[in-house]
Amino acid sequence: MENRIEKRIELKAPVSRVWRALTDYREFGEWFRVKLESPFVPGQVARGQITHPGYEHVKWEAVVQKMEPERLFSFTWHPYAVDPKIDYSKETPTLIEFRLEKSESGTLLVLTESGFNKIPSERRLEAFRMNDGGWKAQMKNIESHVAQKP
Amino acid sequence: MSPRSRSSTAARVQAHAPVFAALGDKTRLSLVARLADGRPHSISQLTAGSRLTRQAITKHLRVLESAGMVHSSREGRESLFELSPQPIKGIREYLDLVSEQWDQALSRLKSFVED
Repeated sequence: MENRIEKRIELKAPVSRVWRALTDYREFGEWFRVKLESPFVPGQVARGQITHPGYEHVKWEAVVQKMEPERLFSFTWHPYAVDPKIDYSKETPTLIEFRLEKSESGTLLVLTESGFNKIPSERRLEAFRMNDGGWKAQMKNIESHVAQKP
Repeated sequence: MSPRSRSSTAARVQAHAPVFAALGDKTRLSLVARLADGRPHSISQLTAGSRLTRQAITKHLRVLESAGMVHSSREGRESLFELSPQPIKGIREYLDLVSEQWDQALSRLKSFVED
């Protein structure tokens, strides 16, 4: 078990359609609920304003990493950096990856978020075993949580 | 993501960021591993077998202490350090929340591309 979140979701739409929904900055903004200033460009910061009701004052920022057409879209960010009083820039960002694959019903989308500031690897986790369950059991909970909600 | 879970996530990020940072260091990880037996340890015990000085180990212990991951008490002339399990549990809850936020975002994406 790693320090990452993985989601797999089947979408009844062609890969090209999903790719556009992910990488066109206006379409991304529609479902992600953020109003972005400009198109995504690898290596550049993407900025915008959250449009989720009640959170319109929150700024959104990510650094686009890779855009491999219809295969991989990735960026780094500080997850849920919503408190303007906190300087999140000193924290290690997490990496978000959207991977697309053609499937029978349309597209298989695999999302991962990894690098929660170097949470220890599985062997390290063993060392955290404690009376009330410990890391390993807790990480299992996450696995089943993720499995229940594909 | 619902506004309520979002604001509670903000609070959690604030609470857990130091814990993530505290764990992002090999020496501190190994200290936490050694403290995972749940018993109090002196700085001398924790320095034994390490290439680091007592001062360096003490500094790392103070970082863990300020993140709320360990607490110390005095016994005679020595400080004893003990692990607090709560912050590590908190991280699991935090990851659950981030996970839940993605479930909601992806379900909006699904309706967006399938409509």
